Amino acid sequence: MSYLTDIFLIALGAALINNFVLYYFVGICPFVGVSRRVEMAFGMGCAVTFVITIAAFLCWVITTFILMPGAPLSKWVAGFFVSADVAAGIDLTILSYIVYIFAISSSVQFVEMYVRKFFPVLYSSFGVFLPLITTNCAILFACLTIMSNIVGVDNPADAWDLGRSLTLAIFGGVGFTIAIVIMAGIREDLELCDIPKPFQGVAITLIVGGILAMAFMGFTGVDSGLRNAMIPM
Amino acid sequence: MADQPTATERFIQGVLPENPVYRQLLGLCPVLAVSNNMKAAVTMAASVTFVLLCANVVTSLIRNLLKPHLRIVVFTLTIATFVTIADRILAAYLYQMSKTLGPYIPLIIVNCIIICRCEVCASKQSVFTAASDAIGQSLGFALALSSIAAIREILGTGMFFELRVLPAAWPDWVIMALPPGAFLTFGVMLAAINWISSNK
Repeated sequence: MSYLTDIFLIALGAALINNFVLYYFVGICPFVGVSRRVEMAFGMGCAVTFVITIAAFLCWVITTFILMPGAPLSKWVAGFFVSADVAAGIDLTILSYIVYIFAISSSVQFVEMYVRKFFPVLYSSFGVFLPLITTNCAILFACLTIMSNIVGVDNPADAWDLGRSLTLAIFGGVGFTIAIVIMAGIREDLELCDIPKPFQGVAITLIVGGILAMAFMGFTGVDSGLRNAMIPM
Repeated sequence: MADQPTATERFIQGVLPENPVYRQLLGLCPVLAVSNNMKAAVTMAASVTFVLLCANVVTSLIRNLLKPHLRIVVFTLTIATFVTIADRILAAYLYQMSKTLGPYIPLIIVNCIIICRCEVCASKQSVFTAASDAIGQSLGFALALSSIAAIREILGTGMFFELRVLPAAWPDWVIMALPPGAFLTFGVMLAAINWISSNK
């Protein structure tokens, strides 16, 4: 399969077919919490897309050069202490969760300080959301997906490169933005409706989310259909 | 610390009055994602219990050493350590289940319930109180998760713990086992709980 086809399928899959919010249920907290107004939802979506891209870049670099079995950097460092064949077998994947969460939270801190100092306009539009999304599951989920596509593959040639990883992250963020903006649009109109008392607030939001998820189920199978159509048999 | 709740109060509050899922709306990610069958839900609840208990105990032991501006980082790293342990144990003894749960076990790290309990209870109170709080909250979480999983599994496949409970003629409501079913079940359950508690 050509590289571009692969990128296209990853992008389509992350943004629509396997939408982060409506298919994998990651990032539900902002989806319920910050989806009251369209502008806020859009700001949140942009902030998530921004952070997820940075986190995915860091995660790909860390996984490829340090964590995966036989990674070049850890092999080189370990070479000073143990014999070369022992160093080649070093596998640090067990540390991955700790390293990822540390990389994510520190990068969010730095990004926040940088944006506040150098881009005040940008900061006032989405900077307030930045600290909130450190603990957003969508970011860690993207990192874990990338990791499983680097470490988990049988054939080293199939491991994701930086381009594929960033595509997944950016379009995952776009998918999140699409879902949260649609949700906010519906919720703005819901305020005018007469909702039964027990359903007010989060309950009706979840039910609307369910109906949205049903609508997004319409995309199921589009990727395998496209894959079959694009690969000459 | 006279105004802090005691261990028993913490335990009771966690199960129903301050149920983490239905009352505080925390940790919705696993509640929606792994509630399509009971086995996965029970495994998930057990992992959360393990991580929450260990994280609360450790946080409570080191509570006098914590610096205010670094505490969130310390909480996160403690939780990540125990999640790694839980993940390795599952992969060793329940390999198939750990494949099914996939990324949702590592996602316990960013589950708000655990960091919230570390912040609210464990970083202020003694080890015993923190442990009983952890058990109460996990019990509340397990109840909420399995209530949704039971509804979804019974309606979606006609089975409960993979044993058939509805007659074979039951037309499986496949939608209940798919993502939309999670949102709908949880929304309706939440409304039902609001309705019951407002009628009291």
